[in-house]
Amino acid sequence: MAIVHKECVAMLLAGGKGSRLGDLTRELAKPAVSFGGKYRIIDFTLSNCTNSGIYPVGVLTQYQPLILNTHIGIGAPWDLDRKDGGVSILPPFVRTRGGKWYRGTADAIYQNLFFIEQHNPRYVLVLSGDHIYKMDYSLLIRYHEEQEADVTIAVVPVPWEEASRFGVMEVAEDKRIVDFTEKPEQPRSNLASMGVYLFNWDLLKQFLEMDQRDPVSSNDFGKNVIPLMLERGCRMFAYPFHGYWKDVGTVASLWEANMELLAEDSKLNIYDHDWRIYTVNPSQPPHYLAPSACVEHSLVSEGCFVEGTVRRCVISTGVHVGAGSVLEDSVIMPYVHLGKNVRIKRAIIDEHTIIKDGCRIFSKDGGDGAEIILVEEHVVIGKNSEISRQGG
Amino acid sequence: MNNVMGVINVNGKGDLMEALTQQRCIASVPFGGKYRLIDFILSSMANSGLQNVAVFTREKYRTLMDHLGSGKDWDLNRKKDGLIIMPPHFCDDRLLRGDLSNFYAHRDFFDRSKQETVIVAAGNIICNVNFQNAVRFHRDQKADITVFYAVAETGRGGRPRRCLALAANGRVQAVTEGEEKSAGGKVLLNIFILPKSLLIILGQEAAAAGRGELLAERVIADLHRLKVFAYPLPGYFAVIDDISLYYRHSMELLRRQTWESLFFQPGLIHTKVKDEPPTRYLVGSSINNSLIANGCTIAGSVENSILFRGVQVQRGAKIKDSIIMKSAIGAEAWLERVILDKDVRVSAGRKVTGERGIPLVVSKGKNL
Repeated sequence: MAIVHKECVAMLLAGGKGSRLGDLTRELAKPAVSFGGKYRIIDFTLSNCTNSGIYPVGVLTQYQPLILNTHIGIGAPWDLDRKDGGVSILPPFVRTRGGKWYRGTADAIYQNLFFIEQHNPRYVLVLSGDHIYKMDYSLLIRYHEEQEADVTIAVVPVPWEEASRFGVMEVAEDKRIVDFTEKPEQPRSNLASMGVYLFNWDLLKQFLEMDQRDPVSSNDFGKNVIPLMLERGCRMFAYPFHGYWKDVGTVASLWEANMELLAEDSKLNIYDHDWRIYTVNPSQPPHYLAPSACVEHSLVSEGCFVEGTVRRCVISTGVHVGAGSVLEDSVIMPYVHLGKNVRIKRAIIDEHTIIKDGCRIFSKDGGDGAEIILVEEHVVIGKNSEISRQGG
Repeated sequence: MNNVMGVINVNGKGDLMEALTQQRCIASVPFGGKYRLIDFILSSMANSGLQNVAVFTREKYRTLMDHLGSGKDWDLNRKKDGLIIMPPHFCDDRLLRGDLSNFYAHRDFFDRSKQETVIVAAGNIICNVNFQNAVRFHRDQKADITVFYAVAETGRGGRPRRCLALAANGRVQAVTEGEEKSAGGKVLLNIFILPKSLLIILGQEAAAAGRGELLAERVIADLHRLKVFAYPLPGYFAVIDDISLYYRHSMELLRRQTWESLFFQPGLIHTKVKDEPPTRYLVGSSINNSLIANGCTIAGSVENSILFRGVQVQRGAKIKDSIIMKSAIGAEAWLERVILDKDVRVSAGRKVTGERGIPLVVSKGKNL
């Protein structure tokens, strides 16, 4: 069956809804949410793959896949339009004996056994399409080989109070994993799984088949497969990652990750020419800042036209900011049109929304702790409207 | 537009733009913050639905080839037809000057192409045009050749240009040398629509006579023999063939109407993708009336200027009335009326200014 042997196949999980992002993911999957002025979240993982020299990449889609499919296309922006693999989009499909949706992360991989077998890899790298980070997966593979591991899980220390949102690991001195708990109520460690797993393929295959035979399993890596592997004594190691990593699973964390790009010494350097972040190119001209514009401490992308004042904002591709408008501490998603004398503070305005003259969008208490206001995509906010939220 | 092919003719004299054309042909000169001159005519052709475009080069075309690549960024990397770059065919200096004999030397390419109509255009015209209406006009008039013209704005100034005298039906009656600034002057542009067969015949005649002749000259000389019609180029236009025009038309991009029409209507202008992140403005930056491409980091102040992709402006630096290609500007440096080519480093505190009205051009890779 196999023609060419591949060292590693990457399987990128991109089917999640990201319910905690509210209206941002009503029409698209979480990995397709816009980020950083010109990117979509999944660009970071896809760029990591190509920069690490890892392909084929299978992208597993399920929830609202259309924008994601169009975005990825044949993978050309990431140089993944290859004769031997490149990128493949893998939605659930129907077989002679019926078909099923992906029930969990492990089930999604299991249903695509054939795709992986085609490439006959030594390793399978399971990735998640909804995190912002830059990571060289080839170093992870080398570490995995040095440890003679069966499974290697990339981990990052998180603040203790947030640990219960993640899969948390306890590790021995030699980094061997001794315990793994998915979203524990009382975390005993703050080493969180980054959702980056490297498996020896023949072993993973056995465990996926075992997991399928378990009628009560929810077919999830964190909840079922990883604990089962631990229980059966597999050699499982943690790979400590020291760079920037962010789960942008909530409106607040998405806003925060955007704001973190503004710092002069930002921990996530998107300007590194040796590790570019690739995305689809929209052929927009350089942005124009009018004589009345005042732009400071902000990111501005191509195709923007700015006549107003912008402070501590991310202004994405093709945004129009009318005269007299003042934007502060906000993320303006692509192709938003803001009229004249609009005031926005601490908000995310989603793609293609039109905000007419004189609108005010802000939190009532105005302080740094105020909740981030989200204005959904493709809506029109009428003249002089006020969208605000009581603090607290 | 299935039956129309494009020819972009990069045939201008090689040294018109001083330092900017030291290493590159004119079509390859960077313009408008992220483009090269050829992008405008090439995007216009691609957006009009032309799928077979040949770029005829003469000299210094390495950067042009690098820029165009497979034509992918213009959606011209096609199995059938697509983009093709034609290096010069002749070693004979007399013939080199003329584009007609060069076309003729590449007649195999024209014979092999299925399209019957050709749009021949120079590579240094700034415009954004859909050719469909012009091709329809050309066919309706049963013209031998349709030339494009643009109506010069009052007071625009500039070099003497060839101007057209037209009959009521649009047929060209005479061509005269005139001032571009004379209001209403119909300036002949180097964009022609003609049957492929006619282009080959004209080429054959030029080659047989051993003449190094340009298509434009042939058309003017043949006004009595051929049915030559003229079609107005819609929208913004500029012909760039010296530094002062380059500077002036660059600065025109800072007008809102120019920015909104040239870059968006009727189609987008495509260029080589560089994957630069959005531009970052740091605390204390101050920007005013400027066009800024992606990938810049700006801590200083910028006024009435164009910054290309990847410019670094350190704290306290001031840039005014300038065009800066990918360069690094040191702290407290002061640039006024300068054009910096790529990879220039301006050290901290350095002051560089051009003469009144005339920009100072700094060539690629210099340290100041």
